[in-house]
Amino acid sequence: MAGTLLFNALKEAIDEEMANDVNVCVMGEDVGQYGGSYKVTKDLYEKYGELRVLDTPIAENSFTGMAVGAAMTGLRPIVEGMNMGFLLLAFNQISNNMGMLRYTSGGNYKIPAVVRGPGGVGRQLGAEHSQRLEAYFHAVPGIKIVACSTPTNAKGLMKAAIRDDNPVLFFEHVLLYNLSEELPDGDYICALDQADVVKEGKDITLLTYSRMRHHCLKAVEELDKKGVDVELIDLISLKPFDMETISKSIRKTNKVIIVEECMKTGGIGAELIALITEECFDDLDARPIRLSSQDIPTPYNGNLENLTIIQPHQIVEKVEDLISGSI
Amino acid sequence: MLTNQNFIKVFFLETHVERISNLQDFKKAELDRETGLFLYEDMTLGRRFEDKCAEMYYRGKMFGFVHLYNGQEAISTGVIGAMKKKHDWFCSTYRDHVHALSAGVPSFEVMSELFGKATGCSKGRGGSMHLFSREHHLLGGYAFIGEGIPVALGAAFSSRYKKEVACDKSSDSVTAAFFGDGTCNNGQFFECLNMAQLWKLPIIFVVENNKWAIGMAHDRATSNPEIWRKASAFGMHGEEVDGMDVLAVRGAAQRAIERARAGEGPTLLECLTYRFRGHSLADPDELRSEKEKEFWGKRDPIKKLAQEIIEGKFATEEELKSIDKKIDTEISESVKNALEAPEPPSEELTRYIWAED
Ligand SMILES: Cc1ncc(C[n+]2csc(CCOP(=O)(O)OP(=O)(O)O)c2C)c(N)n1
Ligand SMILES: [Mg+2]
Repeated sequence: MAGTLLFNALKEAIDEEMANDVNVCVMGEDVGQYGGSYKVTKDLYEKYGELRVLDTPIAENSFTGMAVGAAMTGLRPIVEGMNMGFLLLAFNQISNNMGMLRYTSGGNYKIPAVVRGPGGVGRQLGAEHSQRLEAYFHAVPGIKIVACSTPTNAKGLMKAAIRDDNPVLFFEHVLLYNLSEELPDGDYICALDQADVVKEGKDITLLTYSRMRHHCLKAVEELDKKGVDVELIDLISLKPFDMETISKSIRKTNKVIIVEECMKTGGIGAELIALITEECFDDLDARPIRLSSQDIPTPYNGNLENLTIIQPHQIVEKVEDLISGSI
Repeated sequence: MLTNQNFIKVFFLETHVERISNLQDFKKAELDRETGLFLYEDMTLGRRFEDKCAEMYYRGKMFGFVHLYNGQEAISTGVIGAMKKKHDWFCSTYRDHVHALSAGVPSFEVMSELFGKATGCSKGRGGSMHLFSREHHLLGGYAFIGEGIPVALGAAFSSRYKKEVACDKSSDSVTAAFFGDGTCNNGQFFECLNMAQLWKLPIIFVVENNKWAIGMAHDRATSNPEIWRKASAFGMHGEEVDGMDVLAVRGAAQRAIERARAGEGPTLLECLTYRFRGHSLADPDELRSEKEKEFWGKRDPIKKLAQEIIEGKFATEEELKSIDKKIDTEISESVKNALEAPEPPSEELTRYIWAED
């Protein structure tokens, strides 16, 4: 059977959920007639009509707020950020409205909305289009944050996100849309709060998410040749972290390295390392390490851009250093 | 009726006072005994509730920023009173107590919320600026300027969506979004006017132009102070109305509701009004002149309606006084019960973060 591209896996998820539930709808810039800037909603406009796949004006804060109001009154909107970075303009709606409103309303309302779109460092897209907003949004209470990384989990997570009664921020990665994979048959979902143990191992735990999963896989292969048995975990859920899976792994390997694409300061790894220190301190044989992007705006130049984010060889080196006890 | 089209010559009147003095006459709502008493009671409830809030605030029973609605009652009562309770939707700001009351949220629940009690409409987690009631279709009080407008738009979108996509014929709810003059310089206002008109959504944008945004006079912040005219930039219907005259507001609201329900789209309704107190109970209110306050004080919407009721012989002064008494009793009871109501249980601190809890 032919493989499914990641963007099509997302589309299948949205299509199936729209077919299942008339309240599921999509809104955003160019999601309708144009089919989405990464074609995640291609053909859905023709299939479901202009109200269910709503082409909005370029007004991020207002259409995101509109999705909140729609969700409060019974719909299940999926908001596309044409690029996740644009949602900085909707920070208020994501934080104040999606994140806090159920609580401040004392449970009067729920907000079953998904905010999804491409994020991460692409190929020379420049600083503004290369952002990793997951870290910026991480402190917002009341939202779930997930990052997909393969066609299979993209589809299963998207379906779960749409069905969830809470607001979910769903991160896709610009460089992963064309990954291809054979999808499981039938109607499956992936739990939003469960990490994925990509490869079991006994020597060291690598924690990662999104595109860095694939960098880690390259490193794992290399390390395997050198006789290092890595346990690779894709976090999937960036909020809340699946601490059960994480601590179980650390109890086994006693060493952990976090590999992330977001910036080091105030990043996902920063929070994770704090939790690991709090919860797994006695299981650690070495200090926990973060491999993160540089704390700089992502440069346009290709070489500089590569230097900004972590590369597979750096992961290999760091793992070897930690295992050998040289750091 | 004042419509954009009637105005070929564009002119700007400089001050709020001049504008309200020069308002053209257009069709007000009919007054009869039942309507008059209903409007009088609702406005009186709003006024007396707010007076009680001031008292409770100064007695240290409530905290935080508390924004009172005194003077603006004709708008809440005029608009919400013309809508269908528990069917149409209402969206407010931080100045939300009276909108909640008009929408039918019991005064006990509102007062409880202000005291932070478990019996509050937001379970003590919202406070003065975050009143919510799903039961009464109150989409909420929103503390940040302008953010309620898109939320209201979403409710209006749902209404059209359910009718056309889910084929629910009974889905004809209209949403009223309330906000102030200062808010009309915020992008969300313009963005939502555009989308509402573009998609012909059943929404009424109710601007409560009380001339001030804390200490910023409307004319100092706004290149064209006549907000209702901005509707025409979007091809939308706009009206200005005497916001101190509940029958005028009700008349304008009825027209807007009818159009919205018929699928003819949104209305921008600018109500000229004035707040009788400072911006919040923490505001020393030093910028507004005595002369200005006096001018507007003479236009007290409750006194105006009372006079019309009595002059039209729809009811006697005694009857109105007995309504005042009834309201005072209700509010005293609400205060008493709310003071005695339980605090939210500490062990439920994290409850209501997630939909399942
Ligand atoms: C985003 C945001 N900026 C600033 C404030 C502070 N603020 C609260 S009320 C207000 C004035 C609003 O005036 P207006 O819209 O005329 O409403 P009114 O208070 O007169 O009812 C300001 C600036 C806020 N709440 N939210
Ligand atoms: Mg004002």
